[in-house]
Amino acid sequence: MTSEQENWSLVIEPREKWWNFRLKEIWSYRELVLIFVRRDIVAVYKQTILGPLWFFLAPIFTVVAYNFVFGSIAKMSTDGIPGPVFYLSGTTLWGYFSTCFTATSNTFTDNAAIFGKVYFPRMIAPISTVISTLFKFGVQLIMFFCLIAYYMLFTDANLEITKWAWLFPLLVVMMGGLALGVGIILSALTTKYRDLKNFIGFGVTLLMYVSPVIYPVSAVPDSYKWFIKFNPISPIIEAFRLGFTGVGTVDAIDLVYSGAFISVILLIGMMLFHRVERTFMDTV
Amino acid sequence: MSNTIISVENLSKQYRLGMVGSGTLREDVVGWWYRVRGKEDPYLKLGDKNTRDTKGSSDYVWALKDVNFEVKQGEVLGIIGKNGAGKSTLLKLLSRVTAPTTGTIKAKGRIASLLEVGTGFHPELTGKENVYLNGAIMGMRKSEITRKMDEIIDFAGVERYIDTPVKRYSSGMYVRLAFAVAAHLEPEILIVDEVLAVGDAEFQKKAIGKIEDVSAGQGRTVLFVSHNMKAVSAMCSRTLLMQDGNVSFNGNTDEAIDRYLGVNAGGDNILYHEGNGANTNNTSIQLNYAQINAPRSGVFKTTEQIPIEMTLSFTESVEAFHLNMHVWTTSEEHLFEVSTDAITVKKGDQKTFRFFIPEWLLNAHQYTCQFNFVINRSKVIYSTGKILKFSVIEAVEENNLLYYGKTYGLLSVKIDTKIN
Repeated sequence: MTSEQENWSLVIEPREKWWNFRLKEIWSYRELVLIFVRRDIVAVYKQTILGPLWFFLAPIFTVVAYNFVFGSIAKMSTDGIPGPVFYLSGTTLWGYFSTCFTATSNTFTDNAAIFGKVYFPRMIAPISTVISTLFKFGVQLIMFFCLIAYYMLFTDANLEITKWAWLFPLLVVMMGGLALGVGIILSALTTKYRDLKNFIGFGVTLLMYVSPVIYPVSAVPDSYKWFIKFNPISPIIEAFRLGFTGVGTVDAIDLVYSGAFISVILLIGMMLFHRVERTFMDTV
Repeated sequence: MSNTIISVENLSKQYRLGMVGSGTLREDVVGWWYRVRGKEDPYLKLGDKNTRDTKGSSDYVWALKDVNFEVKQGEVLGIIGKNGAGKSTLLKLLSRVTAPTTGTIKAKGRIASLLEVGTGFHPELTGKENVYLNGAIMGMRKSEITRKMDEIIDFAGVERYIDTPVKRYSSGMYVRLAFAVAAHLEPEILIVDEVLAVGDAEFQKKAIGKIEDVSAGQGRTVLFVSHNMKAVSAMCSRTLLMQDGNVSFNGNTDEAIDRYLGVNAGGDNILYHEGNGANTNNTSIQLNYAQINAPRSGVFKTTEQIPIEMTLSFTESVEAFHLNMHVWTTSEEHLFEVSTDAITVKKGDQKTFRFFIPEWLLNAHQYTCQFNFVINRSKVIYSTGKILKFSVIEAVEENNLLYYGKTYGLLSVKIDTKIN
């Protein structure tokens, strides 16, 4: 019997088709995702005294600073809702994006040690990052809800939960998907040529300024609105605000556009990532 | 269906040496442009043979070049070779850490690799958590790992530390646990690379027993890479000898080891010295040649006799002549001297003097020989330099499986022992 007729369970070849993402294989490693997620969460706060308390401290300081700089000094619009609620709604979701994006864009360099010794589908690493960051996001979300509850119960602030809140899980998936897509594109591009790495740090900050994190879309002058709306993050943050505070400038078509944009980014990301993952150990 | 479990065909791996810079980008773009047009990447035609110690002309080297072999189910295949011969590259390709440049690998079943120490352990996680992590990396189900957990902990002998983060482990404990996970999670193919070097004698024995059990008992396949010839000889039914990125020998383990040691230990041995009859300061005695009759480029096993001979021509008659030989280690320790009987030679005689260094005397090392021409029992009339050089290696087939380490000391002797 010749080797062509035998049923090999594994065939390793120099190049693979660009559309062969091995999704089935990734699915078969789903338990590894859970273990990685657990590892990420546990490892970050081992040997710290405050532990998960750090999840609260960062956004509290950020919101206080934003409230002071953009609210009290620059007197920027918060769409008529209390400053802390406005800023926290923006930074909570934005924080999830930026943490995921920064971590996934370092996938290859951060995991070089383990990737260099064993095989598993490399996509498992960024996917785990996006999921484990949900934990931190969840903790901050609780803080956000507490803040809303406080303002609704003890003040006469004009806050309202709308039916857009039902879209919340979808918004998180979109945000995670975008961060994953952009992150793996950058991780694939930076394994050999590190140039883009220098861009990531300030790129995230720049991206925040063209997203409605510290200002609402409604406050953007009409001549620039198209630019802010072109950013797929804008509808997500605005829809999130509309859902939990009752103010936001977004309609269904914006979200559809955003979803399409994210799908394309993810597809390109997986293509590039897949090309690089097989030989990145030679160049990292 | 045949019982071939791994088939490697025309496997090659090219690496680019030097720094990544703007020149690399240009080459990448050119290579990509050739591939887009369906032509062969011009840089794949370049590339030197992978020799570590000579300076090549190209920036590209072939760490592996056209490697072909097959492995049958249940076989323990040894892979030996010098540093940089391509062993680790081969294992990296097999364990899918990186992809080949050309060629194909086909396999049936899961491949678990133990490349270097503590594969994929996370220092902050406890031993137990790392067992789950490692198991999942190898593609195991959680229930499967839980079922094997006690057995793994027991085998590794780290029960006391199993709930401690592995960063607190000693390197030995690390390897024990890593090996235990890989060996117990029942991959169809297990790749073991030089990991036994870290464990102590007791663990080495245990690990080797386990590998034998996994292959013979459970019909699984093991690829075993090691510089420890005793271990390779004890375990492997067949061995590949790698040299400069090629498989230079594929077959019987003892023969592979013999060849390897010949290449490796015998590199600069001097087995023949041409005297030309002229280079003595005594015109009446001329040195024709000195030589060592050796197998494997002057590499002897501790179980072999070492025959050394020297031929002299006498242009005058000499009375009471004897040849005296001194043996030194290459680290300049003077081991012994020995003399032939004194003889009387006539003008025109040609005599061959032979020395036989017995088996079970010299330990694994490299040695030089120096010769003195002596007349009247005491007068040295000429002294050669250290003109011959040979090596001795430990006889692997003589191992008693007690310990896979080196035997120490200048001598390798067999003496009677008695226990009352």
